[in-house]
Amino acid sequence: MNGVDRLLRLGDDALIAAQRLAEWHASSPEMEEDVALANIALDQLGAARLFLTYAGESLGKDEDALAYLRDDREFRNCLLVELPNGDFAVTMAKLLFLSAYQLPLYTALAARPDERLAAIAAKARKESAYHLDHGSQWTIRLGDGTEESHRRMQDAVDQIWPYTHELTAGEVSRTDWLANVEPVLDEATLARPADDGWAPDGGRSGVHTEHLSCLLAEMQVVHRAYPGARW
Amino acid sequence: MYGNDGLLGEVEAAEEALRDAAGRRLSGGEGLEEYFIAVIEADQKIEPRDWMPDSYRKTLIRQIAQHAHSEIIGMQPEGNWISRAPSLKRKAILLAKVQDEAGHGLYLYAAAETLGVSRDELVQMLLEGRQKYSSIFNYPTLTWADVGAIGWLVDGAAIVNQVPLCRCSYGPYARAMIRICKEESFHQRQGYEILHTLAHGTDGQKAMAQDAVNRWWYPSLAMFGPPDADSTHSAQSMAWKIKRFSNDELRQRFVDMCVQQAEVLGLTLPDADLRWNEERKAYDYTQPDYDELKRVISGDGPCNRQRMAHRRRAHAEGAWVREAAAAYAKKRHAIV
Repeated sequence: MNGVDRLLRLGDDALIAAQRLAEWHASSPEMEEDVALANIALDQLGAARLFLTYAGESLGKDEDALAYLRDDREFRNCLLVELPNGDFAVTMAKLLFLSAYQLPLYTALAARPDERLAAIAAKARKESAYHLDHGSQWTIRLGDGTEESHRRMQDAVDQIWPYTHELTAGEVSRTDWLANVEPVLDEATLARPADDGWAPDGGRSGVHTEHLSCLLAEMQVVHRAYPGARW
Repeated sequence: MYGNDGLLGEVEAAEEALRDAAGRRLSGGEGLEEYFIAVIEADQKIEPRDWMPDSYRKTLIRQIAQHAHSEIIGMQPEGNWISRAPSLKRKAILLAKVQDEAGHGLYLYAAAETLGVSRDELVQMLLEGRQKYSSIFNYPTLTWADVGAIGWLVDGAAIVNQVPLCRCSYGPYARAMIRICKEESFHQRQGYEILHTLAHGTDGQKAMAQDAVNRWWYPSLAMFGPPDADSTHSAQSMAWKIKRFSNDELRQRFVDMCVQQAEVLGLTLPDADLRWNEERKAYDYTQPDYDELKRVISGDGPCNRQRMAHRRRAHAEGAWVREAAAAYAKKRHAIV
């Protein structure tokens, strides 16, 4: 993996996560959660812009050219972030699993010799710690809340779990990731899903789920309708 | 180039006046009602602990709740464009703006709660259609330029309406409005900047901007409410210093502000009769269609049903989450 490819992975993960989280605007279970999810979306979007701008410099493209003018086969994000939001439990499972990956990843990158990458990662790491806390707290509340919320949270964890193998196939070890996730599942009285061998992947090489091209069609529609325009 | 610096100055002045008022104590006023009147006459603030007439309390609850509901419903028309914002920078700004609106809703509900009503009750009244929100949000956002037009015109009208509320006689509301006005000023600026960029862009972008201004101009004028002659709540609210200027005065102020700004934008306000009146030192303009305003307020605007259905659905679909959070908190409490 070269430097640009790494930056695209990082930037695309954050961008697509932001796009999904922003879909919750005016739809959250509580007004406070509208504020919180928008905040996390803004963190992800901010990180995405830094990574994509950096990646674009060696490609002769700006952040918008990378975000708006690539097709789904050129995106390098993991599959997990592009999955639909589902109910609030699914969104929290996605948040927990993603931040449990981004936190150790950014921590490691913050110590790398590439100073610019290290600086972005150091900033994003602090935000990821909050995201992990937010995802953990809700997973615990829902898991250990009512019968219905327990059922929904367990279903969400079961549904998203297979997609987490793609996260831990690279720079973050399964052990490090589990260290962030398992104590949360325990406290939430949720069962850790069995690994049954189904581990969908392909995002890192641009082979995505059916959801990504729909997400991009919406995200890119205005930008592409006015070629060359400034916004 | 930019026209609301004067308004921001007024917000600053109101904030200073509030600090002054906090330091002073009124003497005299034997009875509760006399004291209440004395406080208002001296331009001091009524605080939650003070006695107040029931009708003053009810008027404030109605007004603050309507304002809070407007922030919450107002997230929908603009939020509609977060996913499609044409650059990452615009996406970030719009997302932050819609987040601000949720925040405004939260602290306005908190201000209303100081009057002895709970947020849950107020939200319930919104969901049941027993309390209103600003009718402007019952118009659709059809293009990206609408985000600009809403920022410039709708937030602009809101600021003109809200700056005098920074001097409202009820302390918690006045204090909330100071913070809100400062943030709204940023919102207006971002809308203006979107339109400015579009108006100086390609022909297609310019046409999009003009079309948006054409559609939002009259509904924005209608935001100031019916003409003074038909305004039902005005006289008493003026006497209580909840309201400081009449609907028509504020509408005029808004028109005068927009004309200059439209010129800088290079966009036309859709009113052939808009011209400077030297005698009045103000612009003559065409009134909005107040019958349309009545129809939209009574529920027959283009998006009333859609906005309410969305709010009710979000509330209903979130019920299991709120119940879970309550159940979890109860378990924790039992352990401690």
